[in-house]
Amino acid sequence: MLDATLTPPRLPSAPGVGYKAQHFTELRADPGPVKWLEIHAENYMGDGGRPHAQLGALRDDFAISVHGVGLSIGGEGRLDPDHLARLQHLVGWLEPASFSEHLAWSTHGAEFLDDLLPLPYTDATLTRVADHIDEVQEALGRRMLLENPSSYLAFAESTWSETDFLAELVRRTGCGLLLDVNNVFISATNLGYTPQSYLDAYPLSAVGEIHIGGHDEDEDDHGAPLLIDSHGREAAEPVWALLDHALAGTGPAPVLVEWDNDVPDWPTLRAEADRAAAALATINAG
Amino acid sequence: MAASQSDFRAALLDPDRPVPDGLTDGDGNPTTRRFSVYRNNVTVALIDAMRTGFPVLAKLLGDQNFDQLARLFARAHPPASPLMMHYGEALPAFLDGFEPLAHIGYLSDVAQLELAVRQSYHAADSTPLDAARLGAVAPDVLMRTRLRLAPAVQFLSSRWPIVDIWRYNMENGAQKPRGIAQSVLITRTEFDPERHAISDAQFAWLSAILADATLEEAGDAATEMDPEFDLGPLLTLLIQHNALTDMITPKE
Repeated sequence: MLDATLTPPRLPSAPGVGYKAQHFTELRADPGPVKWLEIHAENYMGDGGRPHAQLGALRDDFAISVHGVGLSIGGEGRLDPDHLARLQHLVGWLEPASFSEHLAWSTHGAEFLDDLLPLPYTDATLTRVADHIDEVQEALGRRMLLENPSSYLAFAESTWSETDFLAELVRRTGCGLLLDVNNVFISATNLGYTPQSYLDAYPLSAVGEIHIGGHDEDEDDHGAPLLIDSHGREAAEPVWALLDHALAGTGPAPVLVEWDNDVPDWPTLRAEADRAAAALATINAG
Repeated sequence: MAASQSDFRAALLDPDRPVPDGLTDGDGNPTTRRFSVYRNNVTVALIDAMRTGFPVLAKLLGDQNFDQLARLFARAHPPASPLMMHYGEALPAFLDGFEPLAHIGYLSDVAQLELAVRQSYHAADSTPLDAARLGAVAPDVLMRTRLRLAPAVQFLSSRWPIVDIWRYNMENGAQKPRGIAQSVLITRTEFDPERHAISDAQFAWLSAILADATLEEAGDAATEMDPEFDLGPLLTLLIQHNALTDMITPKE
């Protein structure tokens, strides 16, 4: 359990965007409503050069959220001590407002598989994930946020619902949650429940950040809809509606627009941030 | 039966393996297509990373051939760490033993050049050596002085015209590759790596300097390759591109 006296720095309850190097100049000239940026930790684990120089300049104007994709918190093995040390180094240098990772695994043995892979929700995996979160929070000296995954399938051996699993992790480790409403919509569609019922069961009081992004549509073996988390387009209308629903429960929160593939020009991404700003304005006014 | 992460991983990168047991859709029915999403995600992510990391190879081979190569490589050599900026380190050796492309002899060297450029891009920043310091050293002391290269400096030798091949594929209006062997020096004046064709003697000099030789010893190594070796142009190039960081004069 994390020491509660370690008050973490906070992201502003405003729109943020996933930072892409090609937006460096335009983003700084015309940030619109964007008050913070999220970076993928692993892209800044080189020794220097342009990535570090850009980040050094951006941190003066924007709060920064470090989002890891490589810790493999849901992995069967122990956390990679080298990778944890690299993360410690990055977080120590950058002093970001937030650090987050995924309820997923991406490393097996000495291999990194470059995807967020699913795990069953059992007593055994709960204990293991909680231990990993404890280890990360201790190494970084701060509370971390854990993101709900996009699911394409379920495990027959699971004995916990995802929402109960997340709530129990919060209780055991003191971590916060990163609520990805696009992932909620994808998982709900793919596994046959309503996204509202997921939010109703989800521990909204632990939310420290919200993600919104785009998905693609496909079909499974039986012709049922199968949504794919692609981050390659605008967020779908029902996902924006889900954001409103989530914000009604959390109150004002940092909302991040994710767009990682087929990255658009800055005005297009800014327009998504404008939409997130409008959703936040409604909550603030209400 | 529960699917372990070992089963999951094995089936991910090998489409001929059966889907692990214990995976279902939302209603508890077994599913294959849904597992394929993960198979596809991993494969596409790794191929994309290869395309980003080896743009010249992708251009030389064309998208279809390159993707085929990347798919086979990724199955044999998944990334060894989450630092995707270094992914593909095993590609030159993989290409050396890859029969279907053995008729294009220079692919392995091109891959090596692309890896070196990426290493240079992500290398640590450094403060360049003030050329005036070098100029102020007495000639006899200078011969016993050692130089330090910037972390972003890379150099490699090839029996193919790899600098010409690189330019021809990446720059508009570049001349066709000539039938010559080329060594290449990579520098990074600020953030973007620069490629310079260098002679065998210049390569020998750089190798000696990197191995902590004095200027006299490095000069001897270069002169052995080329009796007419003149350090001037190389030294100017290194200084202009912030490729030297320090000089160590002998202690007396």
